[in-house]
Amino acid sequence: MMSAITQTIATPTEAVPMSRTTIRRTDLRARGEPALWSLGGALALGVIMIIGFLVLVFANGIVTFIPKPLAVVTETDGTVTAGEPFRSELYKPSPEIIASLSPEWRERVKAENGYVSRTLYRTGNFDIYGEDFRWVPAFQAAKIEHPKNLSFFERMEWGPFVGTVKSFKVGGAEQAFTSLSDPKFIQVHDESRARAEEIRAIERGKIGHINHELETERLDLRKVELEHGRNSAEYKAAQDRLTARAAELQVDYDKFSAEVQKLREMNAGNTLTLAEVGGREKTIEFSALVRAYAANDLSLLQTLGVYFSRWGEFLADEPREANTEGGVFPAIFGTFAMTLLMVIVVAPFGIITALYLREYAKQGKLVSFVRISVNNLAGVPSIVYGVFGLGFFAYVLGGSIDALFYPERLPNPTFGTGGLMWASLTLALLTVPVVIVATEEALAAVPRSMREGSLACGASKWQTIRYIVLPRAMPGILTGVILAMARGAGEVAPLMLVGVVKLAPELPVDGLFPFVHLERSFMHLGFHIFDVGFQSRNAEAGKPMVFVTTVLLIALVTFVNATAIIVRNRLKKKFAGSQF
Amino acid sequence: MNMETAVAPRPDHAFESTVYHVRAGGSGSVLEIKDLSLFYGPAQALYTVNMTVEKGLVTALIGPSGCGKSTLLRCINRMNDLVDAVKITGQITLNGEDIYARAADVIALRKRMGMVFQKPNPFPMSIFENVVYPLRVDGVRDKTVLEETCERALKGSALWNEVKDRLDQSALGMSGGQQQRLCIARAIAADPEVLLMDEPCSALDPIATAKIEDLINELAGQYTVVIVTHNMQQAARVSDNTAFMYLGRLIEYGDTEVMFQTPKCGRTQDYVTGRFG
Repeated sequence: MMSAITQTIATPTEAVPMSRTTIRRTDLRARGEPALWSLGGALALGVIMIIGFLVLVFANGIVTFIPKPLAVVTETDGTVTAGEPFRSELYKPSPEIIASLSPEWRERVKAENGYVSRTLYRTGNFDIYGEDFRWVPAFQAAKIEHPKNLSFFERMEWGPFVGTVKSFKVGGAEQAFTSLSDPKFIQVHDESRARAEEIRAIERGKIGHINHELETERLDLRKVELEHGRNSAEYKAAQDRLTARAAELQVDYDKFSAEVQKLREMNAGNTLTLAEVGGREKTIEFSALVRAYAANDLSLLQTLGVYFSRWGEFLADEPREANTEGGVFPAIFGTFAMTLLMVIVVAPFGIITALYLREYAKQGKLVSFVRISVNNLAGVPSIVYGVFGLGFFAYVLGGSIDALFYPERLPNPTFGTGGLMWASLTLALLTVPVVIVATEEALAAVPRSMREGSLACGASKWQTIRYIVLPRAMPGILTGVILAMARGAGEVAPLMLVGVVKLAPELPVDGLFPFVHLERSFMHLGFHIFDVGFQSRNAEAGKPMVFVTTVLLIALVTFVNATAIIVRNRLKKKFAGSQF
Repeated sequence: MNMETAVAPRPDHAFESTVYHVRAGGSGSVLEIKDLSLFYGPAQALYTVNMTVEKGLVTALIGPSGCGKSTLLRCINRMNDLVDAVKITGQITLNGEDIYARAADVIALRKRMGMVFQKPNPFPMSIFENVVYPLRVDGVRDKTVLEETCERALKGSALWNEVKDRLDQSALGMSGGQQQRLCIARAIAADPEVLLMDEPCSALDPIATAKIEDLINELAGQYTVVIVTHNMQQAARVSDNTAFMYLGRLIEYGDTEVMFQTPKCGRTQDYVTGRFG
């Protein structure tokens, strides 16, 4: 550069192009700036969409359980409506309605181009009104009040009740009601609830055991019948055994049902009479009351109390009211159990397949074909797997298992219908391509030098794979398993065919032999979302539950994945510092 | 072994036959290579190589890139078996035993040889486990045997004093030179009959290289070493015999001093004096 300048000065007549001395900037396109912008833009768009989605779901999910204030609306025609304001929207009333309005309102509606706002109130009291929700147009609401004594009662049946406590009885004796936080009231409520729990425990546990045993005995008899025929001596003996055992069990049963009866009678004496705003009354047992709170008179602490008690119920209890109320514990358990079982199946299966494909199979046309087929499997719509799972696993495999091992239960299917095991196997099949592809790549990434080093030490091929290749490829393999798990936990469509049901209070794991019941149908969070949001009688009431359940499903998948990622990173750290 | 008929050298590769002036080690030969030819698919990489490796001496293989010296080394412990479409004719015997015999057990054979590679390739395990790996895969469980072997091998590779306090730490945390000496320790742990080294210093800095060279000198006498190297000074410094290869042929094989001072072949002279290569 310097010499060029000196030359130019020294011999000005010489034609030295000026561009030599000026610094030319590199072309934007050559630098790849536009590409960089579009790449960054695409990433930003993706991140914004994900964040937006999470914010939407979490914002809706987290506020669902906050107790909302109750309003009493006196309408122009004298009707009184009490309930939680649920949401508001603009709507276009029909011309007749507009014509019937006061001139003032007619002007307002006209100014808004014929639109007027209306509010949806969650009135509850389904047993009295025959509806849960009520729209009140703005022009009809003459007066809106928030009375302090108006309370929200969550019940075991019929949905919530909005109203006031008229009176309550303990052991049939009338008591003076002061407030919901009256210690006596709370004590009676707690006692009744505890008794209801006890009844349930006896029915589920002790009486459940008796029924289970009786059923087992009956199946044994049927087995004897199938083996030896109805007229055989064995059948007679088994029949006598069953009769004797049934008599014994009947004694136990009577004892337990008497216990239950006693508890029921005690609970029947503890009732409270509720009144809705119109004055109509309804008497319920304390045991049927989940919780009650004076919605407009809550301290911050009480609000939090209601909020967290609802979360607790949601996480630990069973659903009620067609899944729109109560908890989702069976669904959490079902999702978790199914995902775990799927991983137990898919991980070894996928890894073994990939090991053979990559390490042992002779690389040729056949292996290429298998590899392409595996990759294509990942693109098959999941519902197809569901159909396959039902047709092959449940009907063919399950049907054969039933015919071989459970002939006494036929025609009732045991394994011959959808269940936890078939659902897990179906999902394992669905996710196995992910594991195979990831494992193959991880195996291919193990440096050749390491394999040669091991072989040169006199290790066999299997020893090399076992001690050198597999540990080294493990982080990559686990990445594949994590991806498979994430996909499997979020899948719903095929599950509807192979074992997920709307309501399955019996968990796949319980205290009855053989303790793990892989043949049972189960609940799943993903399906629960679908069911509550779109299949329930009361779609409006289910909507908030959709968000809460979504939050929970995201949290569960995140938790499972995070655990797997931590395990993988531990492994990775072990191999850090490698020079290759 | 039935010797397959060696493919005749192509006319454009016609060379004068190999010149031998091997210095004898006094205890006979360990390896005998007879008429060894190797094909990668249609391409021939080795042309009827004949040589013996003297017991207890260091034999260097030198030659320009692609001359087949690494291929020859990898024939000795049958590492070329891993390559697809490789065809080998001729014979190699290890202490009289044909390693390409149909009945030969490759795994047992490799246990009798140690190999050190170009780049250090410690396994992702502890230093101890790295060294005793050949014994582990051989099924040795006895803890005292393993510990004694580890100490002996690490002392043999002059690494003991540096790592004796951190045997249970990952081998991947060591420096490149240490890693390579660890690989040498691993290679000598099972007391091999031959130690094969494939350019063991090419990925190392000069100081680490000097240490490895010292180590090779120490190992000489105790072990028979065959070393492939690009570095002619290194061959001159560490070896007793040197084989010069060119285009898949063994050109000259003999006493290192003679090879570097008064080579018998013109090509060798050209190569060792740096006129080509």
